[in-house]
Parts: sequence; C-alpha cells; structure tokens
Amino acid sequence: MSELIMTTDRERPFDPPDRIAGLGGEAPLHRLTFADGHEGWLVTGYTAARAILADPRFSNRPEYTHPTIPARAEVAEKLRGREFAVPGFFLRMDAPEHTRYRKLLTGQFTVRRMKQLEPRVEEITHARLDAMEAAGKPADLVEQFALPIPSLVICELLGVPYEDRERFQSDSRALLALESGADEVIDAMRSMTGYLYGLIQRKRAEPQDDLISGLVQGGELADDELTGVSFLLLVAGHETTANMLGLGTYALLRNPDQLAAMRDDPSVVDNGVEELLRYLTIIHVGPIRSALEDVEVEGVVVRKGQSVAFSLPVVNRDPARFPGGDSLDLARPAGGHLTFGHGIHQCLGQQLARIEMRIGYPALLRRFPGLRLAVPPEEVPMRTDMSIYGVHRLPVTW
Amino acid sequence: MEIKADTTVCIGAGMCALTVPQVFDQSDEDGTVVLLETSPPAELEDGVRRAVTLCPSGALSIAE
Repeated sequence: MSELIMTTDRERPFDPPDRIAGLGGEAPLHRLTFADGHEGWLVTGYTAARAILADPRFSNRPEYTHPTIPARAEVAEKLRGREFAVPGFFLRMDAPEHTRYRKLLTGQFTVRRMKQLEPRVEEITHARLDAMEAAGKPADLVEQFALPIPSLVICELLGVPYEDRERFQSDSRALLALESGADEVIDAMRSMTGYLYGLIQRKRAEPQDDLISGLVQGGELADDELTGVSFLLLVAGHETTANMLGLGTYALLRNPDQLAAMRDDPSVVDNGVEELLRYLTIIHVGPIRSALEDVEVEGVVVRKGQSVAFSLPVVNRDPARFPGGDSLDLARPAGGHLTFGHGIHQCLGQQLARIEMRIGYPALLRRFPGLRLAVPPEEVPMRTDMSIYGVHRLPVTW
Repeated sequence: MEIKADTTVCIGAGMCALTVPQVFDQSDEDGTVVLLETSPPAELEDGVRRAVTLCPSGALSIAE
C-alpha cells in the first residue's frame, strides 16, 4: 500500500474521504506520513481515540506535535524557535498548566448557566429568522442564520462588540483556512491579539456585566493571558456552531424524513442534535497529540516523540461503536460521539453549542416549512479547505 | 450503587449534569461536579452508568 497522507478532499459532502473512511473498521491505528515528513499515526478506531485523548502521556503542546496539512507545516516552520504557546491559549497546554485556565472558566459554562441563556438564545434566533424573512428569498443561510446566531451569542456572553465582527471574522477565517500561508496566519494572529488586548484595556477601565470583564476583575490572569483566553473563546464560540447550523441544515434538506422529524417531533430534537454532531463531525482535521513516552495502544506501540492524528469523522462512524453509522438517523443513540473531543480538552462550550442547535434547527424548520435548496446540491460550496468543515454558503428558498 | 466523584480531575464539561441532573450538578464557582445523591435510586442507575462512561476526564466511578 502506498504511504498514507492526510486529506480533506471528499467524494461526497457528508461522508469522510473514501481513502480514510476505508481504513475505519480495519484497524484502530494506521501509519501516517505527516506534512513535514514525520512518520506517525492516524487513529480511526473509537476506543483507541478515547483512550489516547484521555491519556496524560500524550501531549497537546505545539512544540511536540507535527502538522498533517502541508500549509500548516510551513506555518510551524516559520514559528519555530519563537515562543510557541500563546499565553492563555490553554487548548495547546497540558495539565497542570491547562487546569489553571480551564478551572477559571468552567463555572461560566455549566449546564445550569447555559440553560439560563436559553430565553436570550431564543430571542436572538427569532430575530434572525425575522430578518431573514424580511430580506426575502433566496437567501444564504450561512450569512442570514448560521453565522449570526452563534456570533451574537458569544459576543454578548464575552462582551465583544458585535459591530467589530468584520475584523474578527475575517481574522478567524484566515486562521482556519488550511491554505493560509505563514504570513497570513501570523498577521491574523497579530490582528486578533491586538484587537482583544485593546478590548481588555477598555474592560479594565470600564467593566461591564460580561465574561471578559469578570476575568479582568478576577485579577488572576495577566493581560497577555486574558488575550489568549479571549482569543480561544471567541474563535471557538462562533466558527463551530455556525458550521453545524449550516451543514446540519444542508444534511437535513438532503434527508427529508429526518428533517420532518426534527421539525415536527420535539422529543427527537435533543438526541437528533447529538446525531447531527456525530454524523457530520465538523472537526475533520486533528486533533493531534504526541507521545511523551512509549505507549501501547491496542497492540500498537506509539514511540516517544511520535505524533498521533485523529480522523474524528471516521472515529464517529466506527462500526463497532455506531453500527450503520454512515447514515443519518436522528433516533440512533448517538451519545458518546467524540465531536467535542474527549479528555481534559473536551469542548468547554459544548453545552452552549447544544442549546444553540436545539433551539436553532426546529425554529428554522418551523418558520420555513417549505425550506429547500435554491441551487443544485453539487453547487453548494463545501469547506474542504477550512480546518472546521461545513458549507461556505447555503443558498436556500422557501 | 455508590458514586464517587474526584473534583481534582473533573474538568467541568457537564456531561454528567446533562445526563442525570437529578444526581449530578456543577459548582457555580469552578464548574466541577457536585453530587446531589451518592446512592441514586434504582431507576436512575442506568443513567448514572451512562454519565460515568461519558465523563471525559474519568472523574466519576461507581462501587456496586
């Protein structure tokens, strides 16, 4: 067999690339050649993925992990020798350093706190649906619905002015585009950190009732750490749910019986959201971990220093864990999918994302019972070129 | 069934509180697990087992 490299190109919009999908069910780990030539592993098995993601012998620090995507290898090369980890960017830290930041935030993202946001998320959702209806058909669902809702919600929660969205949305696009060159990525990072550093100064001078003001006043974090934390929350908070709302709606439109269930049967919604998360697994590149010592995983020895990449879309269709997982079935017990990750880095904002989706899909489908694509399916531009999968645009009419 | 929770490894993901809110809550301060019951009634035992499996940090365990 020829050497395996990571790919994001797909044959069909909702299925992982055939070449990688074909490995699922064969073995849990496969030899993978990383973009910088490093010989590591690709995980496609569910139990192996869970075990590695929860194992402290695997590090998430950027100086240990190798990139799987060529343009990312260039960025890593350019950044080599500089201060690697952004202060406060705790996604790329290990315990116990990571723990300090995470514990400052988890109290803000509890199930109960997020439930309290429900009425506000509903208000925002219905206001966006009003605006979409008023703007008329056809509409781009991403621009009118999928992106504004999580953007508005995270801006309000963090205390980031929504009027500034053009700047931070274009920076986060540059950061997430797999083809961005090193200079583009570095410029976007500088722009984003510069913007947030300025915002933090304003919060210090005039604190408001929002999460960033609370962290500033808490006094536990220095300004550069606050910048890194805010950076992570802002990017993670709007790009992820936005893509789930866009791609999820597209998937429902292509599966009309499932769409009808999501629209008409409230008892389907909660699990249906989990199934969409599983079936679509928008985190289609990475995560990546590196072994800090030799570790045996299901009969394979990962050597100290070797990087392990995950194909979560394939992991979430592991036939041993989710039989028949190649189809979308909102009634399937979908809990336990790894779309939010596993281990200490499991998504901090997942309970917020769930609320946005549990409110968003049914509200959209009830407002526009005749919702349908306004272009042939093959003309829907897919985000195979972005580190978070989804649709660039979703032209719809009703 | 007796549930044990280790708040030193808990990362506050909230999967337990989402799955069985009658048994698991989260601290407002740091989001870590708060046990509302250590010996849940029989009808909640399946849910508790599911919550233990879903916990991303291995903070929960069960003694039968």
